[in-house]
Amino acid sequence: MLIFIAKRVLGLGMILLALSVLVFLLVKTAPGDPIRIMLGETASAEQVAHLTRLYGLDRPLPEQYLLWLKQALQGDLGVSVRRQLPVADLIAERMGATIELGLASLLLSILLGVPLGVIAAVKRNTWLDAGTMVLALIGVAAPSFWVGLLLLSTIGLSVDWVPIFGRGPAFGPALLELVRGDARPLIDSLRYLLLPALALGTSMIAVITRITRSSMLEVLGADFMRTARAKGVRPTMVVVGHALRNSLMPVVTVIGVQFGALLGGAIVIENVFAWPGVGRLIVQAITQRDFPLVQGSVLMLGAVFVIANLLVDLSYGLLDPRIRHE
Amino acid sequence: MSDTATVATSARSRGPSVRLRKRLLGNRGVLVGSVIVAALVLTALFAPWIAPMDPVAQSIWDKYEAPRGLWVDGKLNTTFVLGADELGRDVLSRIIAGARVSLLVGLVATGLSLVAGLVLGALAGYVGGWADTLIMRVMDLLLALPSILLALAIIAATGPSIVNAMVAIAIARVPLMARVVRGEILRVKQEQFVEAAIALGSRHARVLLLHVLRNAWAPVLVLATLGMGTAIVTEASLSFLGLGTQPPEISWGRMLAAGRDAIRHAPHVSLYPGIAITLVVLGFSLLGDGLRDVFDSRLGDAK
Repeated sequence: MLIFIAKRVLGLGMILLALSVLVFLLVKTAPGDPIRIMLGETASAEQVAHLTRLYGLDRPLPEQYLLWLKQALQGDLGVSVRRQLPVADLIAERMGATIELGLASLLLSILLGVPLGVIAAVKRNTWLDAGTMVLALIGVAAPSFWVGLLLLSTIGLSVDWVPIFGRGPAFGPALLELVRGDARPLIDSLRYLLLPALALGTSMIAVITRITRSSMLEVLGADFMRTARAKGVRPTMVVVGHALRNSLMPVVTVIGVQFGALLGGAIVIENVFAWPGVGRLIVQAITQRDFPLVQGSVLMLGAVFVIANLLVDLSYGLLDPRIRHE
Repeated sequence: MSDTATVATSARSRGPSVRLRKRLLGNRGVLVGSVIVAALVLTALFAPWIAPMDPVAQSIWDKYEAPRGLWVDGKLNTTFVLGADELGRDVLSRIIAGARVSLLVGLVATGLSLVAGLVLGALAGYVGGWADTLIMRVMDLLLALPSILLALAIIAATGPSIVNAMVAIAIARVPLMARVVRGEILRVKQEQFVEAAIALGSRHARVLLLHVLRNAWAPVLVLATLGMGTAIVTEASLSFLGLGTQPPEISWGRMLAAGRDAIRHAPHVSLYPGIAITLVVLGFSLLGDGLRDVFDSRLGDAK
């Protein structure tokens, strides 16, 4: 197991390094002089030359990259051209919101998708099954940001206690408040999370429902299921304890595969619900041509994504010993 | 079981193309998918003639006009069937006009990724060695990022426009294409008929083109079909964020963005373009999945 982990972590390091080169080069190839953009059209040639030297932009590219990487590793991602604030601080403020939204959406998808899939499998070939499957088909195809708009115009505008824009208190601290005896921050936090998490999870819910159903159908036909029924295990216990437990591995796999798409979708969903995360930040940075901020947020979002993938990989290793020994 | 056997035998006597056609027509996904895709293609081709109103004509008096439907007072209605947007433009006509951009982005992005993926995948699979390692490492890196993030990074560097969006979407799709092509080539390369062709004195490039690609087209076609849907929804996302198609070009994603601002009093502005996107994406995914099933069973037949 240790070698397995070490290998994956090394691979992660390589990918992050390559990602940093990619991000660095992308911004370098962008048209327009970043110093000019920063100072505006009225800046004098001396001012431009001075700042160019100050930021080291007159040195050869590899040297610039190494300097940038060294600073990035020390937590210095440069200063936002438009906001005049450290990029690292701007990202740190918002990364929690993005991860919170991603995790909430994942959790909601599992809580909705698995039971739906189980019901569809148990009630196979009924209208309930057919209806669930048609919904799942549409759910995979419908763009999450459109579902978000639909949720806004229906639930958001008609249910009083569901807010339509922004974020409540951060979930973690709100949970701490609950421990101290005050449930209000947590309820607030969840109220704001509900619609964005649901919209973001649309395709995940649909995919989980479909895979749970097909996986359950396979297991329900297995010999040990007949044995369980024959020896008089209660029907609910057969479905949940025997069938569901044995059909979860494909579900976990598909969650791992889809989690990336979920995080990618968060970028768009944050812009629908004015969720103060990195996705919103990145779009603002691109629109304002704030290159240090673009660089930093692409790099950090990419890192979160790669690390999430690593965790998924490691969890397979835990769940299925065969994978470890590959 | 015996039914399928009889069908297969009777079909086999009529040759492989008849059998394939039968399979294609018998697959519900392929059928429904092709109907939706055909509808999209026809709409895009004949958009100016189908659209009931001018998609760019503004009318301040009809701002956010509610959908009137097809029948008004027992007569066929062609004005504001699906309502009007923030500038009083006909939503239905704009959806019809927007089909062109969606199809164009899908075709160009998928075409680009197809060509690049074929070349890179073929190089990696056929040449092998360091070329294989280098190409596939870069592909792995691209695959390690969510495609929308990759597209955003590329657009950040090149600026928002429909062309850059198409290129960005294509680049995000290349690794999948290259992987499939490489895998197929590695598989086919070991088959005896390729060895035989080389032994008979065929030149390498000829072997590659004729034999390998001829055998690898099925999975590539499936991936390209599925890629059309992905490309269309990614373009819509980018345009929704204001980083894809720019006005005056009409894009479903931009229509949704405009609808967001009117979500309180005119939800129809974003409702219908969203249905259009969902339908089209559904069509391509049904078609792609259906094709895969058909081809898989064809491969199963050969065993």
